[in-house]
Amino acid sequence: MSYNMTNVLGLLFANTHEDSVPELSANRTIASIPFGGRFRMVDFLLSGMSNSGMSKVGVITRSNYQSLLDHIGSARPWDLARNDGGLTLLAPFGRNTHTGLFKGKLDALSSCLSYIRHTGCEYVVLSDCDLVINPDFTHLIDVHIESGADITAVCHTDNYTEEETRDAACFKVAPDGRVEAVSINRAMAGKRTMDLNIYAMKTSLLISLVEDLVSLGKFSFSTDVLQGMVHELNIHAYEFSGFYRRICDLESYYKANMALLDYKNLSQLMLRERPIYTKDRADAPAKYGFDSAVKNSMVANGCVIEGVVENSILFRGVRVEKGAVVKNSILMQDTVVGKDANVQNIITDKNVTVGDGVSVASAESCPLYIAKGRTVK
Amino acid sequence: MYNKKECVAMLLAGGQGSRLYALTKTVAKPAVPYGGKYRIIDFPLSNCVNSGIDTVGVLTQYQPLVLNEYVGNGQAWNLDRIHGGVHILPPYQTASGAQWYEGTANAIYQNLSFIDRYDPEYVVILSGDHIYKMDYSKMLQFHKEKGAECTIAVIDVPLHEASRFGIMFAHDDGSVYDFVEKPKEPKSTLASMGIYIFSYKTLKKYLIENENDKEATKDFGKNIIPALLQNGEKVYAYRFDGYWKDVGTIDSLWDANMELLAVDVDLDLYDTSWRIYSNNDSAAPHIIGEKAKINSSMVTNGCNINGTVDFSVISAGVTIEEGALVQYSVLFPGAVVKKGAVVEYAIVGEDSVIGENAHVGAAPETIENKDEWGVAVVGHELNVSDGASVAPKQIISESI
Repeated sequence: MSYNMTNVLGLLFANTHEDSVPELSANRTIASIPFGGRFRMVDFLLSGMSNSGMSKVGVITRSNYQSLLDHIGSARPWDLARNDGGLTLLAPFGRNTHTGLFKGKLDALSSCLSYIRHTGCEYVVLSDCDLVINPDFTHLIDVHIESGADITAVCHTDNYTEEETRDAACFKVAPDGRVEAVSINRAMAGKRTMDLNIYAMKTSLLISLVEDLVSLGKFSFSTDVLQGMVHELNIHAYEFSGFYRRICDLESYYKANMALLDYKNLSQLMLRERPIYTKDRADAPAKYGFDSAVKNSMVANGCVIEGVVENSILFRGVRVEKGAVVKNSILMQDTVVGKDANVQNIITDKNVTVGDGVSVASAESCPLYIAKGRTVK
Repeated sequence: MYNKKECVAMLLAGGQGSRLYALTKTVAKPAVPYGGKYRIIDFPLSNCVNSGIDTVGVLTQYQPLVLNEYVGNGQAWNLDRIHGGVHILPPYQTASGAQWYEGTANAIYQNLSFIDRYDPEYVVILSGDHIYKMDYSKMLQFHKEKGAECTIAVIDVPLHEASRFGIMFAHDDGSVYDFVEKPKEPKSTLASMGIYIFSYKTLKKYLIENENDKEATKDFGKNIIPALLQNGEKVYAYRFDGYWKDVGTIDSLWDANMELLAVDVDLDLYDTSWRIYSNNDSAAPHIIGEKAKINSSMVTNGCNINGTVDFSVISAGVTIEEGALVQYSVLFPGAVVKKGAVVEYAIVGEDSVIGENAHVGAAPETIENKDEWGVAVVGHELNVSDGASVAPKQIISESI
């Protein structure tokens, strides 16, 4: 039998990497960026933790978290509205002992050490919210315990571009799985083993690392723990092999959404045994009109389509009126594309209106972003 | 504990719905899917919560498992309340014995102690057979203004259809002076919608009297309403003129789904001021593939569509493979239509698989003798093997 996952605490960093997608995180955390037609980024990690049997999850947030609060609510959609534990939002200024906003992960953790201790969990899993992934944390914890490692770090080996490694740590891994060296933010293309920023370890180890390093003015988990203590600690690499995408800029966000149009990818992400949960909105099914022509697209409930849609992702409640053409675009919740409008290579944020007959287009390699609530006339 | 509610709703969900044949073989009628993402019971439950009624008893008896799980704790309809909320009420054993629900009135009678717990002034009696949006609070207001003991919601129906309904005769002020259940030669077109508001004291009195009458069939339409009229109680008809559709037969269920696809829909499911809630699995938005062609249809989350879909209602998690054709049909959740299969003028049950090149149903224009035409039905969790066919009007409840 597997380890009792109710003794594993989940900690999610809602804001980490938000500088990498300034457009989408202007009014929200990385965790609450809409993704895949009806989800938000935090859904993937939260669902993964819930599906793995974890019953205590802390979401550490720094700023800009109104949309995250709205989305999470009581955490019931993720089955994390519990009498004992469940989801806890850990906002800054939560206690008087620390003033101001944290600078790094260790700093952030130090302000919620009392929460971490209070959960009484033996193990802890840390993760950022920049991944589209469906991880099995039960397996991660089993591997972690079996390997006897101090820290197990989830990673993936692939050919990466310069952009993808710009804000990431990469590991040099020995044949026995131990991490030998860590390079950080080197922006070097090629075959790399990239850190996915998901770590498992004993809660007691995390607490002592935080206390020791923060007192020395060290705040970075990747620099001061992974890199700085790579020889002191037995850090084990856990190669993740399923479908995942990391959001590191607007372009990768666009591509990650489009990757879901390939059913092979989608079916690896949306597993029957481990569903991705999200807050529901009670929309009716999508409706296709008499003259609609839709292909190779993902369409959420509540959409009404009377025009042409190709190679696009339509979030809940999007309307594409008669004669309108939408291609290679991501239209977030309640976007309206007016009659005979033309939208190509565009990302619209929520509640954008493209007026009747208006044409907005961008180059294929460079999707253009239209901010929340704007009307394009 | 203080638990008083002004108004409690009782939803009769125990009927077999035998006229839906294979579709209600394993599920109660209120749990039959409708409109892609709903089940019939979503409509009365959503109406309750939108009308400000937060205490609902759901009376179940026939095949309740799907319904029980679906209703759950009522959270999907915001009916998970500290006081009240939704309660599933199956028949239960008491000191004086055990009895199945013997009729609509008897079912409520057996749950008088449930209603008493809330000490209500009024009780709304609902059924799980109809698709409609209605503000019960307006009907309750009418009931109070008239000082009625019983108010019955009525709708005008065409005279030639009136013989299918309980027909009311009312004065201009709405007071009812006569009631005939399914008249052979109807003389009025005011049909009862099976929605009653009672002043609770009166309801309780008549239910107890009815229960003591050994001759009675223990039915609202046959016993309670006639008895009220006979004794000169104030019974009023409350006129409703919105969309209201009985979905108790294969044809009416199919029709009601097709009506959603009309250009001017009478039932607006996209209106956010009166949402219809439903309890749904988590699924990604649906995928319309490269080879798909889709028009005049509704498609729900979790589907993977690669074939041609025309004038159809596609529920959650349906797969339609390349080269398959689905037209004028209703596909229930999880149905699969394999390559080259044709499904037309049909209802396909939950998780049923239509094999490659199989053919279900036929267009009416291809049938010479119109009496032989009808909607084809494949029940739940069945297989239609590759190349097999299901004739129009045929209803299958075993795999072929």
